[in-house]
Amino acid sequence: MAMMEKRKLVTIVTEASLERSLLVELEKLGAHGYTVTDVRGKGSRGVRNAGFDLTANIRIDIVCTAETADAIATAMRERYYDNYAMIMFVEDVDVQRPEKF
Amino acid sequence: MRTLDPVVLFFLLGLTAGIARTELRLPPAIYDFLTILLLLAIGLKGGVELANQSPLGILPQVGAVLLIGLLLPLLAYPVLRYVGRLKRPDAASIAAHYGSVSVGTYAVAVAYLAFQQVEFEQYMPVLLVLLEMPAIVVGILLARGVGGGTKWGELAREVILGKSVVLLLGGLAIGWIAGPVGVQPIEPLFMGLFKGVLALFLLEMGLLAAGQVGSLRKHGVFLVAFGIGMPLVGAVIGGTVGLLLGLSLGGTAMLATLIASASYIAVPAAMRMSVPEANPTLSLAASLGVTFPFNILVGIPLYLRLAEYLHTLGG
Repeated sequence: MAMMEKRKLVTIVTEASLERSLLVELEKLGAHGYTVTDVRGKGSRGVRNAGFDLTANIRIDIVCTAETADAIATAMRERYYDNYAMIMFVEDVDVQRPEKF
Repeated sequence: MRTLDPVVLFFLLGLTAGIARTELRLPPAIYDFLTILLLLAIGLKGGVELANQSPLGILPQVGAVLLIGLLLPLLAYPVLRYVGRLKRPDAASIAAHYGSVSVGTYAVAVAYLAFQQVEFEQYMPVLLVLLEMPAIVVGILLARGVGGGTKWGELAREVILGKSVVLLLGGLAIGWIAGPVGVQPIEPLFMGLFKGVLALFLLEMGLLAAGQVGSLRKHGVFLVAFGIGMPLVGAVIGGTVGLLLGLSLGGTAMLATLIASASYIAVPAAMRMSVPEANPTLSLAASLGVTFPFNILVGIPLYLRLAEYLHTLGG
């Protein structure tokens, strides 16, 4: 593959009620962009079936540098894991136009 | 003869369908739309009536209601904390839910009083808006103490710019500016369809309430007892204050209903943000799983009776 560079894909699945504050925080942590989708599922905090606001889930995907991914992971662990329904995972991805991320 | 208002039957349908685990579910966007219609309709109706009277005339009612909103969580908190043995954040969060109000319950009371042909003061939506907020502040203070690092600015933004306050106040303003004649062309949607919209809304509320049964089973008898006891205490307080304020029979019943109701939209969202360590399952199980159904099925007719009783006492 020509012109590809390594970046991280950070995926966060969490409560919809966090959306606004979380997106502001992610930008501060260095994310240049993100994609948010409405999702539903089940985890340690029960069925999140999107019945109404409080049981709705979102998934946030961010492609960023390894440093930003680290910063995001630290912030999520420190501020959200204890009290909110949240999971986060990181994958390696190949991107074109690395300056975008 | 006091028969069951048909909209309540829709609630029972939703409740039954939910407990039977049918596939039935209103799409979230439709539920949102129904809520928006109800909030605007309630606001508009109040606004039109407010156009006919001086806003200063209701200052005593406003003051009394704000005071109740502040005191009610303080009454609920020790019961939750020491009788229910709940953790501090949980007790504080539930106390805030019960100090605040439920627009859904208010809407059913509007329909019920119309059904019984009992008039009430039309400035009630103003009290409804005001009652949403003080309990949230008290709840956070109970959980955190003063200076507990709460981001008050952000919270104020969330609550004041929340759907219910914006739409209720917006509806009030539009009704007030447009007046009875101006509102006529949009009346078929907001007033004419009110009960149909309410029926659909209650169908979904029944489904949501049924969803709380699982957590009620887990968290037990205390929440059920509190979810029924607290609104009864609230109704007596609201009814008594209503009588002292010189409200009409319908107004007294309405204030009793408002104080008896517990929030399930504005407060949960605010608590999630400001007291995240409180378990939202507990407060929703109580307010949505016990108190809302209780108020819809038993409470509202009972509060009208209570108002009638109080009025015979008060002459």
